[in-house]
Amino acid sequence: MNEKAVKIEDSRDVVRARHEGREMARKLGFGPADQARLATAISELTRNVIQYAGKGVCVITDASEMGIAKIRVRVEDHGPGIADIDQAIEPGFSTGNGLGAGLPGTRRLVHEFRIDSKPGHTVVSIAIVRRRA
Amino acid sequence: MKIAILKLRDILLTSIHVDLTDEDALEFQADVLEMVKKTEAKGIVIDITAMNVVDSFMARILNETASMVKTLGAEAVICGMRPEVALTLVEMGRELTGVETAVNLEQGVDKLRELIKRRQ
Ligand SMILES: Nc1ncnc2c1ncn2[C@@H]1O[C@H](COP(=O)(O)OP(=O)(O)O)[C@@H](O)[C@H]1O
Ligand SMILES: [Mg+2]
Repeated sequence: MNEKAVKIEDSRDVVRARHEGREMARKLGFGPADQARLATAISELTRNVIQYAGKGVCVITDASEMGIAKIRVRVEDHGPGIADIDQAIEPGFSTGNGLGAGLPGTRRLVHEFRIDSKPGHTVVSIAIVRRRA
Repeated sequence: MKIAILKLRDILLTSIHVDLTDEDALEFQADVLEMVKKTEAKGIVIDITAMNVVDSFMARILNETASMVKTLGAEAVICGMRPEVALTLVEMGRELTGVETAVNLEQGVDKLRELIKRRQ
């Protein structure tokens, strides 16, 4: 199983993480649109880590199975956590003076989206999938 | 990471050719505004052909930069957005609104000239 872990500590790591995601998508045969979707989703989630938790990690995994190509991304931090997840995924909700577009936007870009959060631990997991020809 | 901004007679041209961090993007925005003021350019074309990720932050910077250029009395055109980038922005609900766009640099310059003429 192919896996890439990128430490997320400053904004250069956001660039690095989205680059790794794009590369894996390309190698697994995902087209330009899926490459852009995944890279953009990773960019949003890792920026949130820096902004709201200070640091964390982004793990990008080739989770392909027979007949389908799949990339799973797990973005994890040990920051304050997301108090109200339903509210956080509302378009326009932001505690950081942002647009509140990151989480709701990401959710629309990917096939799987899940947030687990409690004080001291937040994990956002996403995946994109493609049927193999 | 400095993005070069070129002066071509009365307009400015710039191309974002590397993957920008958030700080780079903010610096770019400041540089654009400073150049517009300093050179008294009538407009700027920002080429984003090389950008393969425009997330909500970058979209906001591009939007803001274009509207701030306008408040300085100049015009702004963003050109070369890749189809997959445009698609991703639409899917996220973040298409560039209120920004003049063009498919490539050549048409971007044409459009800028037209906007400048209209303003005069
Ligand atoms: N990793 C995180 N840790 C704590 N809070 C978070 C995290 N990610 C997102 N949030 C919360 O969810 C809100 C919405 O995030 P997002 O949709 O990316 O918009 P924005 O970043 O513009 O505020 C944030 O304002 C913040 O309150
Ligand atoms: Mg965000």
